[in-house]
Amino acid sequence: MRAMVYRGPYKIRVEEKDIPAIEHPNDAIVRVTLAAICGSDLHLYHGLMPDTRIGHTFGHEFIGAIHEVGSSVQNLKVGDRVMVPFNIFCGSCWFCRRGLFGNCNNTNANNYAVGAYYGYSHTAGGYDGAQAEYVRVPFADVGPSLIPDWMSDEDAVTLTDACPTGYFGAQCADIVEGDVVIVFGAGPVGLYAAKSAWLMGAGRVIVIDHLDYRLEKAREFAHAETYNFTEYGDIVLEMKKATDFFGADAAIDAVGCEADGSFFQHVTASKLKLQGGGSPVALNWAIDTVRKGGTISVMGGYGPLFSNVKTGDLMNKGITLHTNQTPVKRQWPRLFDHVRNGYLKPSEIVTHRFPLEHINEGYHVFSSKLDGCIKPLVVPTAA
Amino acid sequence: MTVTGPYTAQRPPITESAEQLRERIPGWGADLDPINRPSATRLQWQENTGAHWEFPEQQVERWPRERSVEHRMLPPVFGTAQPPRWLSGAIRKYSYATYSEGRAVRWLLFTLADRVDAVENHLVSFLRLRPDNPITETGVLSEFTHHGLRSRFGQRRADPKHQWLDPVIVAGPWVAAAGVATSGVRKLVGAVRH
Repeated sequence: MRAMVYRGPYKIRVEEKDIPAIEHPNDAIVRVTLAAICGSDLHLYHGLMPDTRIGHTFGHEFIGAIHEVGSSVQNLKVGDRVMVPFNIFCGSCWFCRRGLFGNCNNTNANNYAVGAYYGYSHTAGGYDGAQAEYVRVPFADVGPSLIPDWMSDEDAVTLTDACPTGYFGAQCADIVEGDVVIVFGAGPVGLYAAKSAWLMGAGRVIVIDHLDYRLEKAREFAHAETYNFTEYGDIVLEMKKATDFFGADAAIDAVGCEADGSFFQHVTASKLKLQGGGSPVALNWAIDTVRKGGTISVMGGYGPLFSNVKTGDLMNKGITLHTNQTPVKRQWPRLFDHVRNGYLKPSEIVTHRFPLEHINEGYHVFSSKLDGCIKPLVVPTAA
Repeated sequence: MTVTGPYTAQRPPITESAEQLRERIPGWGADLDPINRPSATRLQWQENTGAHWEFPEQQVERWPRERSVEHRMLPPVFGTAQPPRWLSGAIRKYSYATYSEGRAVRWLLFTLADRVDAVENHLVSFLRLRPDNPITETGVLSEFTHHGLRSRFGQRRADPKHQWLDPVIVAGPWVAAAGVATSGVRKLVGAVRH
């Protein structure tokens, strides 16, 4: 089969690989029909995630058709169209039984702290991902769901990670009616988080980024007020002014470890790799802009090591920090309702489709923010 | 927003009412009641996960699978992509077997192994007659097909200030290696001549 493979920081190519095999009785092999590149894939692409091995295939947002099932699979059969959450989870451990599907204890041999995800390095379990023609899907009776007939492929693929993560991010902000919510980052997760904040009754939603085309999408898609932080000498002070010096009730970090806004933080973290956790600019701005006693929701991905986070003001302001890897499947029933009744159209943020053979260009365009790119999809050769 | 005066027990008002917001924004407040939020209660018993086992069957371990020392046992299901090999694999296996996830050295060794892995595989790519091609593999040609200049310049973007470092990161190690190799060859030739 054809599959994207990592060749080192900023380098990928498409190679022939063996079609994955059933390795556990509850495995399925899925023929990928549509995949996406996630913002968090860029952390791997830039060489920021430890134990990302040469030859690894990325890709944790995908839909497809069942190609083969293991002997204990009961709920799926060959040919079924499925959407697969990015979490690989057993459904039976202490954590899964309590709804923490992103924190399964039975699927990541490499780390206790990290859940298992498709195509996200050995730090996330060492499973090859779905930017390929086929992918191994463990616990086929637990993770995948049939794609409803009424749902488009583009909606379905964005519902495997980015959209539920934005929606979960808004939930982690503990929004009550009339709250002022600041979302850092107008990428896919930030856009979905901003849109979801309204569903939860926010009174104002403000989105901050440095890319005008994404801020335009935030106004159009998420009905948000927008600020380009490069226009202001001090975006924290600007947010204080914008909230009558009260601060926001909640802030959502939808940026993560490659945040811009501070040349020093970005270069030391993302380029020189001296901050193993990544650039904490968005998180620090969240700490600075939220009101005392407010809530910060962290959906941006960070590395496993340290970063220069303003923990002093986090404590001084009595801020509640909520974060986790999204338990995607737990979000689906409610999100499906929202898509079906027209409150949310996840595919509206899709901007590009790249054939698998040109995925190197897809990564460069997405990484360098060229051509108005917000959400690129990947179409496998055999799809 | 206008300044509303001294700090009192009232918070600054929101300019739009719930009715106005509901009219302007499709679905406003649909999940206002936390009961409608799937993860409002973060830990919530899940009866129907699809799991029809109390504990999953054990996947066959085809080679000594590296695992975190913070796991009491090898989990029943694990990834089998890119087994550790060569020097990079030895570094990784040592780090997994030795350090907990709380130790910085564990992660720094992985980062070192990643760079060693890259060098090993680049060298092998020459032997396999499919050498790495930084032009095609970086996708940099899309600069010409996806408005590289127009996307960057004349915009109020923060990233052009540091994007010039990207080619240095990609090419820098190769340039340095070529420099070291050239210097070594020159010294060797000089030593032979004298």
